[in-house]
Amino acid sequence: MTGLAGGAGPAGGKGPIGDGPAGGVRPDSGVPLLEVRDLVVHHGQLQALDAISLRVFPGEVYAIIGANGAGKSTLLRTIAGLHQPTEGSVLLDGNDVTQLRPERRARHGIVMVPEGRRLFGSLSVEENLQVGATYARPGGTWTIDAVYDVFDWMRARRHQRTGQLSGGEQQAVAVGRALVANPRVLLLDELSLGLAPVVVQRIYGMLPQILATGLTVLLVEQDVSQALRVASQIQCLLEGRTTLEGRPADVTAEQVEAAYFGLASTASAGRPGEGSDSLWPG
Amino acid sequence: MAWVNAIIQGVLTGGLYALFACGLSLMFGVMKVVNLAHGDLAVVAGYIAIGIIAATHVPVLWSFLIVVPVMAVLGYVLQRTLIQSALDRGVLTTLVVTLGLSLVIENGLLQFFTANTRGIGTGLALVQDSFSIGSQIQVAWLLVVFFAVAVAALLGLQYFLSRSRYGRLIRAVADDKEAAQLAGADYRHVFGIAAALALATVALGGIAYGMYSDLDPTAGTDTILLFAFAAVVIGGLGSLWGTLLGGIVLGVAQQIGAQINISDELLAGFIVFLVVLVLRPQGLTSRRAQS
Repeated sequence: MTGLAGGAGPAGGKGPIGDGPAGGVRPDSGVPLLEVRDLVVHHGQLQALDAISLRVFPGEVYAIIGANGAGKSTLLRTIAGLHQPTEGSVLLDGNDVTQLRPERRARHGIVMVPEGRRLFGSLSVEENLQVGATYARPGGTWTIDAVYDVFDWMRARRHQRTGQLSGGEQQAVAVGRALVANPRVLLLDELSLGLAPVVVQRIYGMLPQILATGLTVLLVEQDVSQALRVASQIQCLLEGRTTLEGRPADVTAEQVEAAYFGLASTASAGRPGEGSDSLWPG
Repeated sequence: MAWVNAIIQGVLTGGLYALFACGLSLMFGVMKVVNLAHGDLAVVAGYIAIGIIAATHVPVLWSFLIVVPVMAVLGYVLQRTLIQSALDRGVLTTLVVTLGLSLVIENGLLQFFTANTRGIGTGLALVQDSFSIGSQIQVAWLLVVFFAVAVAALLGLQYFLSRSRYGRLIRAVADDKEAAQLAGADYRHVFGIAAALALATVALGGIAYGMYSDLDPTAGTDTILLFAFAAVVIGGLGSLWGTLLGGIVLGVAQQIGAQINISDELLAGFIVFLVVLVLRPQGLTSRRAQS
């Protein structure tokens, strides 16, 4: 599990694979930091995910997009360990973590910011961060002070209950709580949910600063334009299946729209000669 | 003057009731478990104290140094095994399982220790002595000590919950155990620590009851659990200092009831309990006093 520990250092130590959202060639050789293989998840009788696979390489921002009920959050929660898959596996750095409980996965570096923020309401801002730091992975760069440096308003208000914060501020605390655990892969579930667009912009604006510390991010987002802006790789889900996968630069708005709403047959039939059909599995 | 006396006695008895109640409140506040074996576990603690005092001749008052850790360990083990497996099947299952535990304990005690009553430290000066205020009010030293112990226990719990690492985790898990898992916390272990704290206070309550009254195998459900439950509901579910307030209200109501008619003592307490339940179901302190 220590092979990529050096990647958690400052930006300069990332090596050739830290292209970030700007583009470049996807480092799709070598061992992915996070890999999901043919994941099938059921909620009772209902099948939520059908053979989903993805490979996230170090330094990437991998975005899962899709409509409500597409299975995005289920995918993220299964990676974090909150759901057990019926079939398939989750690998961190080549090691199978499918059988590990969420708290074990968090200590190994898969840390999720859950949908709806889920802060500890009776705890102060600082106590929320302290809980996040309790089982921090050793050797990382993130501390509570480092979080205060990124979100500078937080230091002055660290003794307030989180209930007194605005939605955007709560989201920032939720991100901070995940960061102080020193994740290797940060899972972000619908950061934009219930927030004003300007606040969403501000939170996503912090992403480069966070990525500069060598983190890898897998995020789920309903706001497609936001996801396309920050991601280096996207995958679109529709009713539990993958409908599109690729780099944002390589997909057209029409393709995204078709994959998002399930107009696959008409969309691909209308553009037979574009050469990007390889993005469509099957 | 008789009424003043009733109020003073009631307030002091509230300390004893708070000792019964704070563990029940803690377990409900953190893991949403209503532990129906709570009173029986207090009786077990009392019997352990009697056994230890008889076997090792430790001074009666210092027996808690052994009984409290023993009960804390028992609490952790019970939570990680019986109660957690019930919780995994749903919160309602915990009611059935703790009721079963209560029956097993009660009948086990009857089997091995018979239905005879036993007291703790009955010959001690502390248990028998009292002091007087004016000419008509007699206050038992024992009740004063219990009140002080209750306040100290609540202060200790509050300090632990608000300042220590595990206290913080206990509050976090009580708020949202899934979010705590995502932060790397094993909520089962944290639950175990909360149960250990709860049973540590139960140990104090059991020893105190054995000194105040007489222990017998049925005292757990007949008296301790009922009074603890009333104090928790009056004070506010899940609130720690609320248990002291609830205990005091219950104690005063009982003493005033006894003042009116000696046979109305218990009735008066439970009438107040019902009135609070109807008019203010969230209890007198609606704030959660976990921080």
